[in-house]
Amino acid sequence: MSDTLLSVQGLTRHFDVSKPWLNRVIERDDRQYLTASDDVSFDIRKGETFALVGESGSGKSTIAKMIVGLLEPSAGEIRFDGKAMDFASGAAMRTLRRRFQMIFQDPFASLNPRWRVGDIIAEPIRTFGLMRGEEIGREVGRLLEVVGLSAADAAKFPHEFSGGQRQRIAIARALSSRPEFIVCDEPTSALDVSVQAQILNLMRDLQDEFGLTYLLISHDLSVVRHMSNRIGVLYLGRLVEVADAKRLFTDPQHPYTRMLLDAVPDLALSGRRRTPVTGEVPNPINPPPGCAFHPRCPHVMPECRQIQPHSIPTATGTAACHLLGQGAPRAQQG
Amino acid sequence: MTDFTPETRPNIFLRAWDSDIAYSFRRSPLAIVAAVVSLIIIFAAIFAPWLAPHDPFNPASLNLMDGFTPPMEPNAFTGNVYWLGTDDQGRDIFSTILYGARISLFVGFMAVLFAMALGITLGLIAGYRGGWVDSVLMRVADVQLTFPSILLALLIFGVARGFIPPAYREAMAIWVLIVAIGLAEWVQYARVVRGATMVEKNKEYVQAARVIGAHPTKILVRHILPNVMGPVLVIATIGLALAIIAEATLSFLGVGVPPTQPSLGTLIRIGQGFLFSGEWWILLFPALTLLALALSVNLLGDWLRDALNPRLR
Amino acid sequence: MPTPLLSVRDLVVEFPTRRGTLRALDHVSFDIAEGEVLGMVGESGAGKSLTGAAIIGLLEAPGRIAGGEVRLKGERIDNLSPEKMRRVRGRRIGMVFQDPLTSLNPLYTVAEQLIETIRTHLDLSEKDARKRAVGLLDRVGIPAAARRIDDYPHHFSGGMRQRVVIALALAAEPELVIADEPTTALDVSVQAQIIDVLKEACIERGASVMLITHDMGVIAETADRVAVLYAGRVAEIGPVRDVIQAAEHPYTSGLMGAIPTLTQTADRLTQIPGSMPRLNAIPQGCAFNPRCKHVFDRCRRDRPELIARGGGRHVACWLFDREMEKADV
Repeated sequence: MSDTLLSVQGLTRHFDVSKPWLNRVIERDDRQYLTASDDVSFDIRKGETFALVGESGSGKSTIAKMIVGLLEPSAGEIRFDGKAMDFASGAAMRTLRRRFQMIFQDPFASLNPRWRVGDIIAEPIRTFGLMRGEEIGREVGRLLEVVGLSAADAAKFPHEFSGGQRQRIAIARALSSRPEFIVCDEPTSALDVSVQAQILNLMRDLQDEFGLTYLLISHDLSVVRHMSNRIGVLYLGRLVEVADAKRLFTDPQHPYTRMLLDAVPDLALSGRRRTPVTGEVPNPINPPPGCAFHPRCPHVMPECRQIQPHSIPTATGTAACHLLGQGAPRAQQG
Repeated sequence: MTDFTPETRPNIFLRAWDSDIAYSFRRSPLAIVAAVVSLIIIFAAIFAPWLAPHDPFNPASLNLMDGFTPPMEPNAFTGNVYWLGTDDQGRDIFSTILYGARISLFVGFMAVLFAMALGITLGLIAGYRGGWVDSVLMRVADVQLTFPSILLALLIFGVARGFIPPAYREAMAIWVLIVAIGLAEWVQYARVVRGATMVEKNKEYVQAARVIGAHPTKILVRHILPNVMGPVLVIATIGLALAIIAEATLSFLGVGVPPTQPSLGTLIRIGQGFLFSGEWWILLFPALTLLALALSVNLLGDWLRDALNPRLR
Repeated sequence: MPTPLLSVRDLVVEFPTRRGTLRALDHVSFDIAEGEVLGMVGESGAGKSLTGAAIIGLLEAPGRIAGGEVRLKGERIDNLSPEKMRRVRGRRIGMVFQDPLTSLNPLYTVAEQLIETIRTHLDLSEKDARKRAVGLLDRVGIPAAARRIDDYPHHFSGGMRQRVVIALALAAEPELVIADEPTTALDVSVQAQIIDVLKEACIERGASVMLITHDMGVIAETADRVAVLYAGRVAEIGPVRDVIQAAEHPYTSGLMGAIPTLTQTADRLTQIPGSMPRLNAIPQGCAFNPRCKHVFDRCRRDRPELIARGGGRHVACWLFDREMEKADV
């Protein structure tokens, strides 16, 4: 029996970013596609927190949206608890949908400003028909208390709350369908640090209490380090490294992971030596050929410019870098 | 179903008085004057049958001898005094204005409601679905915008009359007018609602509803619609003024409501026939009423637009 | 002690609203020495950006300076006419804002914008100004500056644009550069580069820096001293190392514990309960008292002033008041 809750295989998504038809004809341009997610595969085990980190254009949010059905994959498969997710089939998805939820980045946009907090939290309960009548009100009150607010807050509107309190409401809504799996898309990046700590602690407590599995999307390595068991590093839509959290920070395999770690400001003022970070993420519409990271890589080799590296098993995961597979190509040459 | 409305809450009037909109209203003398004028006219129109000193549509009560009485002067034959004078058939101008405003406002409100219903529905669908549905609807809107709306209303009015049997024409005229004006004005609502919908549908609260598989109709009606109503209210207010003027224009051109049920526009058309023979009051007072009504409603719309715009606050 | 480059004393900024006047900055005082980088850190709404805006005279109406003074090299600049203030801005104080896209005019090339700024403030010929502009771009790390200077802002990537903005801020050799969240809109890997460029380019040209940010990490890497703002008041000010490693104000120490780091592996983060009060609900006494775990009577009654702690440190907290210690003994 496998303890994998979510399995993503070869997940790919293209966006058509072509100019309008008339412009293309006149300017003799071809259709243009942006590959936001390119053949991404990973598994998330029950009860763990799996994090996807990356900078802008890395495709982390696109992947999150495909997993919860907000975007359709161009190719690839998502399996939840062994069952293939097919968002087109309404009836079959209904039971699956109840089991996963999402927490969004911006607590000011994720709550409908015209709805009372109670109705916001009750929406999943009502949509899935989990309870009726008075029961809903009691459940909403209980959920509000679970996330550290009071049951009386159900009658208020979102604008009466601070950013951190709103994120608590969003979490209560996500919990209301009693899910097993929650996709957290930059859940604290819109919050101040002191509030961020409250939300991160709350998320951990809830994970212990309800046995939740998280997919955490973030650009903040410190947050990821604090929250997750395993981490996937994305660069321009490709998964460049997957590793156990501890291992990733002590022994990064991919040069990009190393660079990201070096870019984190050193709060401890330890004066640790850091390689200066160079360059910026290129335009994802025309990513560099071969390994997309090669123009910024300090260890670039000729094959990096032509051949896209495959994921190679490492101590606790995988990494896609020619440096790691060096043995193989060299042997072929010799 | 559980209702999350609080049991104890401050008096609704107190809360309304304290709201930002009410504050902005109290601070704007122009808006107050406009509101008072509109309310007086609307009130007078609604209660016309009880307020009007005469019933201008009851031929039995009319005395041709009273015709052409100037305002505030006793009639040369009967000695009757009319505030605003009488027309050629001896109808009291003040009373005809009250009844006329009633018809003008009715047509205006109904036309706006019709245009709103149509525009909001199509705008929501176009904005939410996007793709070819959006393209088709918006191209239709673009084409319609290239014609002046009054021409369009004339066209619709003409076509509709062609379909309606002569016996019903008189009775149906007012409804045809409402549909004609409504059809000519829906584009504005559709465009604004479409734009706002496209903004709202990408907000995370809509995504949250989609994640749990909420039905698109429910998302549109319960989530998006309440959040796009602000700008719609502004256009609706200004649209009311426009619809009243459109009705007056059509009636003035003689294609609107029949003379047996004269609106303000019909009254002005009748009045202009007497302008050069010296009976100026038959034209002037209905025209002033129309001006006051359209202007004050329009000013209210302008104020509302500013009050709802967070940038100007 | 020499005159500081910038001296802010008891600065009060108020916003009149219909529900009463909101005090957004409440007697804020600090100095910036010549060649120094002062970090200004605080959560959203603490008033850090407002402090910057008040110094350069760009408060948005209806906000106004209701008290205190701002001196640049001993001269008062808070009461200058808008015309005179405009000459101080750009010439003596340069600015770098959060979003590089809005700080540059998309309709003009980088060269046009740089040269115009240089010639507005310095008496240079077009040719010399251009030479200077290329030098500046080169300094902030724009490759092939002589060629790229004629590009429009949209030809540059986000990080490159922010470099151009830094060049623009330095164009007229200002004495002070105010950088308001200069890295917040940028990617992690670009942030570090921009911070380095900002610090080095400014110090090299003898400009002091006031760095406004919510990111303690950026402060730790860049600033010499740091001022921590809370609810429109300075909670603590002192050398970066002292404040970060041994914060004295309970708010600062709570904040430091709340930040997850790469090295620390504690299971839970320290958390400060509640959130910063809204401007219309700042409690009496110390603004932090409802969230403070060391709170005592005096905190609820009187507002603490900044208390000197030696080594250039100042803390606004009654825990450090000598009188009280004496009374206790």
